[in-house]
Amino acid sequence: MSATGIIETQTLEVSLGPQHPSTHGVFRMDVVLDGEYVVKLKPVMGYLHRNHEQIGEKIAWLANMPYTDRLDYFCSMTNNWAYALAVEKMAGIKVPERAEYIRVIMAELTRLLNHACGIGFLLSDCGAWFTPVLYGLRERELILDFFETVSGARMMCNYMRFGGVRVDLDDQMLAMARNIVARWPKFLDEFEKLMTENEVLLARTQRVGILPRELAINASISGPMARASGVEYDIRKVDKYGVYDRFDFRVPVGETGDVFDRFMIRILEMREAVKILEQALSDIPAGPFIAPEVKLRNFKVPAGDGYGRIEAPKGELGFYLVSEGGTKAYRYHVRPPSFINLTILEDMCLGHKVADAVIILGSVDIVLGEVDR
Amino acid sequence: MIPTVEQIRELLSAKSPALLVDGGELLAVAKFLKNDPQLQFDFCSCVTAVDYIKQDCIEVVYHLYSVALKHGPLALKVRAPRALEQCRVPSLTPVWRGCEYQEREAFDLFGVKFDGHSDLRRILMWDEFVVHPMRKDYVPPMDYEWEPTPHGETLTRAKAQGGIVPASALEAKK
Amino acid sequence: MAVDPKLQSELQKQGVFVMPVEFLYNWSRKSSVWPVQFGLACCAIEMIAAAAARHDIARFGAEVFRASPRQADLMIVSGTVTKKMAPQVVRLYNQMPEPKYVIAMGACAISGGPFKDGYNVLKGVDRFIPVDVHIPGCPPRPEALLHALMTLQEKISKQHLNETRWYDKDAPAEYPVPQCGAHDLEPPVNPEVWDLPKK
Repeated sequence: MSATGIIETQTLEVSLGPQHPSTHGVFRMDVVLDGEYVVKLKPVMGYLHRNHEQIGEKIAWLANMPYTDRLDYFCSMTNNWAYALAVEKMAGIKVPERAEYIRVIMAELTRLLNHACGIGFLLSDCGAWFTPVLYGLRERELILDFFETVSGARMMCNYMRFGGVRVDLDDQMLAMARNIVARWPKFLDEFEKLMTENEVLLARTQRVGILPRELAINASISGPMARASGVEYDIRKVDKYGVYDRFDFRVPVGETGDVFDRFMIRILEMREAVKILEQALSDIPAGPFIAPEVKLRNFKVPAGDGYGRIEAPKGELGFYLVSEGGTKAYRYHVRPPSFINLTILEDMCLGHKVADAVIILGSVDIVLGEVDR
Repeated sequence: MIPTVEQIRELLSAKSPALLVDGGELLAVAKFLKNDPQLQFDFCSCVTAVDYIKQDCIEVVYHLYSVALKHGPLALKVRAPRALEQCRVPSLTPVWRGCEYQEREAFDLFGVKFDGHSDLRRILMWDEFVVHPMRKDYVPPMDYEWEPTPHGETLTRAKAQGGIVPASALEAKK
Repeated sequence: MAVDPKLQSELQKQGVFVMPVEFLYNWSRKSSVWPVQFGLACCAIEMIAAAAARHDIARFGAEVFRASPRQADLMIVSGTVTKKMAPQVVRLYNQMPEPKYVIAMGACAISGGPFKDGYNVLKGVDRFIPVDVHIPGCPPRPEALLHALMTLQEKISKQHLNETRWYDKDAPAEYPVPQCGAHDLEPPVNPEVWDLPKK
């Protein structure tokens, strides 16, 4: 990769992080550079390892719900749902219909806010310093207001319970949600008009960081990153958890697997999420919001093990739980999508310039609370 | 002994399908599960280790799905003795690349060594750390701040150590 | 030395402003506190939300989050400080030029927070560096961060030039960076910064 073969050059070893404006948290990449081109890249993580799994073994099943909020701290509702799903699968609890619709509404709103911020930060890495983030954060604030009205907290909602949700949605809250959903297509149209045909964005993101389809499946990549590489796998359609089989929505799949595809997949997923939300908000039935037979005090899960997973905005979020029949988990493991999506970071960045390595990391859309747990 | 396709199919219809394999056959079973055209388990979703201290073994669990045929999950389990020198299992990274980081994490936190892994070193803790923290017999260092109302585990450990204030601060004050 | 108010108002009408040097020095410093871009965990998202359009931190002069610590004068420790990250936090603090301030944002930075039981969690960033303002919350709202910034501004406006830490010859210029040892950080705490409360 050096410019001439005649002059002897040396490679330069640079440590990008853990404090760096572009690493999306405390994440370190040790890159070896030949000029500007990346020759080797080794990610170093663990700077936010807060031993979440050991805490899960020490406290009761329900007491662990607020800790799942802090895994992927952008999307607390989907983390809660994945954990509740895993426990409900093991304990055999049936969730009432209204609760399932409420869960779908919360999960899709979370998907909207995660993707809006995700592409905002990706564009910020491309050089559009902070302006796209401001557009995304403006819409995110409305969703956070809704979450605060429903659950009492902006980010760490702690809203799902085993068998349903904590608080019911009344008409005022549903009207708030409808308002947010009505605004969203206009935001997306404005965003796309500004960004999608932008020359700088196209030049910087097309043909950069290509991930081939076979490698994506072999490396257990999931979520928008896998779908951008042509892997047609969406857990909402495959596992049909919740009431997702009642909604009519498509799953966008990309072709090339470069950074631009991942950007476009997220915008298309936002449009599909708006469709799901419109259907859910109009079809939501009346009924109980939590299964009445579940006693949450001294809650025990029968002995055995189980794996429950959902399609979180960043990928496949799974929980592997081993129970001895008591009030605490024996083993509590989180399958984090961001951690596993980083497996092929080096493969995608080799041969590109170091500025492209920053954009490729931005397109993986990691969050360190999940990578390190 | 490699299972047949019919045995796997029957297993998949159970509530929590799991297959316990011996360490020596693990690689062969994994390749069979991935390459057989009727099974095609090409997606290794989750790799983790569980410390069964009462049964004196550490169990490594691989959860497998199929993207091509859209079935799963199948849990592939293998056991290793708890003693650090004998705690070895063959690595499945040559079969599924996605196991790479998760096997490193199992090594870091549980001490399970994976033979055949390309780069087995610590991933979450720092390199100079010697013990494996997620084992059930790990004792964390006593560095709590001064607790005005200690109770439960903190109180027991503090009494065993001879005081509620952390020993490091007592040392510094001398 | 205070100036006679009647004289002051007479001079103001002429367009002449009289004030102590200290007032001017503190006023110019507190109105343009530049934080270093240092988000660790969940609280960092609320910090970014505080910098966004709704809770505008630019009103307080702090919109310019510098990437390099050499150009910043405030470090907002937002999120859990782990033992693996602690040496880097102290190094970054040492690299900042004086006058410098630290805000410990969130329960994790104050005392370890909900993760206090952790083998990798530092039980409060004030074990190694001196902290000026603590913000409770998990995570604290962006308005709480703005309130903390205002509290810091009041603290700065009350500082006297001859009593500040960085003009004191005996105060440490650099705080020692801990090393990662076999089981824990070495040393686990900096005794000059963090002291046990007297019983």
